[in-house]
Amino acid sequence: MIGIEHYVVVSSILFVLGVLGIFLNRKNVIVILMAIELILLSVNLNLVAFSAFLHDLTGQIFAMFVLTVAAGEAAIGLAILVIYFRGRGSIAVDDVNRMKG
Amino acid sequence: MDLQHSLWLGAPEELLSVAGLALLMVAAFAGDKASRLISILSVAALTVCAIMVAPELCSGATSPDADAFNGLYRADAFAAFAKLLIYAAAGVTLIVAPSFFDRLKAMRAEFPLLVLFAALGMGLMVSATDLITLYIGLELNSLAAYVLAAFLRVDDRSAEAGLKYFVLGALASGILLFGMSLTYGFTGGTSFVGIRAALTGPMSTGAVFGVVFMLSGLAFKISAAPFHMWTPDVYEGAPTPVTTFFATAPKVAALTLTMRVALEAFGAQVGAWQQIVIFASLLSIVIGALGAIGQANIKRLMAYSSINNIGFMLIGLAAATPRGASGMLVYLAIYVAMSVAGFVTVLLLRDENGDAIEAIADLSGLSKTRPWLALAMASVMFSLAGIPPLFGFWGKFVVFQAAVEAHLVVLAALGIAASVIGAFYYLKVVKVMYFDEAVDKVRGAGELSHTVLLVLSTLVISPLGYLLTRWLGHLADIAAASLFHIA
Repeated sequence: MIGIEHYVVVSSILFVLGVLGIFLNRKNVIVILMAIELILLSVNLNLVAFSAFLHDLTGQIFAMFVLTVAAGEAAIGLAILVIYFRGRGSIAVDDVNRMKG
Repeated sequence: MDLQHSLWLGAPEELLSVAGLALLMVAAFAGDKASRLISILSVAALTVCAIMVAPELCSGATSPDADAFNGLYRADAFAAFAKLLIYAAAGVTLIVAPSFFDRLKAMRAEFPLLVLFAALGMGLMVSATDLITLYIGLELNSLAAYVLAAFLRVDDRSAEAGLKYFVLGALASGILLFGMSLTYGFTGGTSFVGIRAALTGPMSTGAVFGVVFMLSGLAFKISAAPFHMWTPDVYEGAPTPVTTFFATAPKVAALTLTMRVALEAFGAQVGAWQQIVIFASLLSIVIGALGAIGQANIKRLMAYSSINNIGFMLIGLAAATPRGASGMLVYLAIYVAMSVAGFVTVLLLRDENGDAIEAIADLSGLSKTRPWLALAMASVMFSLAGIPPLFGFWGKFVVFQAAVEAHLVVLAALGIAASVIGAFYYLKVVKVMYFDEAVDKVRGAGELSHTVLLVLSTLVISPLGYLLTRWLGHLADIAAASLFHIA
C-alpha cells in the first residue's frame, strides 16, 4: 500500500535534487532552469498527493496555478538568458562573474 | 460578503490591472515614442490607487469587514499602510527613470508597465490572506522584477544582474512553495485563518518544516542573511532607477507579507519561528555591516546597508507584539525615504559627459564642488547609521523599544552594539566627501524632478522629520492593530 509518506519522501528527494542541481552545477545555466522546474514539480507532487490524502480540492487548484506560473517563469528565464548570451557569447555558469566584492 | 462588496474592496488592484492592460495596448500600437505619456498615466493610476486606499488606513479597516473573495484577500489598514508606501516608491521610480534611460537611448514603453504590474503584484502580496493569493502576488511582482533588473539590454552588468536575480529568486519561490505545500498538507488548508486554527497545540514535524521553509523563502525576498547573497550583485548591476525601486517597494511588500504570515498564519506558534527571526536579524545586522566595509561602489554599499537595515526591522518582528509591528512599519516608512534620498543622490552623480559615477573614490571633496549634494548624501549616511539628530534614529529607537518591552533585552543590546560597526562605513563615505582632496568629477546637472524629490526626501530624513513622529506613529499603530485584530 502506497501511503502519503511515500509521496512526501519522493517529492522531498526531487526537491533536494533540484536545489543541489542549482548549487553543484558548474557548466550551464540551462541546467539551472531544469533544476528550477524540478523543484516546482516536486512541489506539485506534494500538493496533489496531499490533496488526495485530505480529500480536499484546494491542493489540486494550487497545483494548476503553480504549473501556469512555472510556464511564465521559464519563458522569462529563457528570455533573460538570450539577452545575456547576446552580450557575453557564453552561458557557462563560471562566466557569470562580471561583478564581485 | 457578496461579489460586489469584494470587487469594491479590491478596487485598487482592479484599477491597476485594467490600467496596466490598457496602457499595454497603447505601448503596442504607439511604440516607444509613447513611453513618456505611459509613464505619466502610470503615475496617475498609482496616485488614484493611493487615494483609494488612504481612507482604509485612516478608518482602521479590519477583518471581517475588510475580507473579500471568500477570505482570499483582505483590504485592512495594515495592507493600506504598506500599499501607500509601495505606490509612493513605484511613483518615484517612474519619475526618475525616463531621464536616466533617455540618456542611454534605452527608454522603452514597457518600463512603466512593468513597474505598474510589479506594484499590482505587491498590492496582492500585502493583502493576501491565503497561500494561493500570496503566491500569485509574489510571482507577479518577481517576474516583473526579473525583467526590470535586465532592462538595460546593452549593458553586460544589467543582463548578469537579471540572470542572477532570476535564478536565486526562482529558487526562493521554490523553497517558499515547498514550505507552503507542507503547510497545506499538515494543516489541511491554505487560508491564514485556517492554518492558524490548525496550529494550536503541539506542532507536527511536517508543519515545523513548512514554517521553516516558508520563512527561508521569505528571507530570500527581503534579502535577510543568510539568504542575502544576491543583493549586492543585483543592486550594482541593475540600472539605478530600478535599484531605487528594488530597495524600496519590494522590500516593503515582502517584509509586510512576512509579518502577516508570521503573526497571523503562524501567530499561534510564536515559539516555532522566533528563534529563526532572531538569528536572521542578528546575522543580517553583522553581515550587512561587515560586508559593506570593503566596498568601492556606492550602489553595492547601499545594498549591504539594506541588508543591515532589514536586520534591524526583523528585531521588531522577533518581539511579536503590536508595538513591534508598529515599530517595524515606522522604520519601513523612514527606510523608504532614506533609500529614495540615497538613490536619487546617486542618480545625480554624473560626470561632464553625463555618465553615471558609482565609485566612492570619485566623491572625494564633493563638499567643495557640490555642497548641497554632499549635504544630502551626508544626511542619508548619518540617517542610515541612526545617528540621533536625523530621522533614521527614530526608526531604530521604536524597534529597540518594542524589543525591550518584549523582554528581548539581549537582542536589543547586541543590535545596538552591531550598529556601531555599521556607523564605520557610513562615516567613511562622509569622510571621503568632506575631508579628502577634491577630484571634481561630479559635473552633470540634474533635472528639476530629481531635485524636488531629493529635497522632499531629505527634508523627511532631516531633524524636521521628527515633526512627523506622532502622525506616523499613530498610523502605524492603527495598521498594527488591524494586523493583530484576529489574535
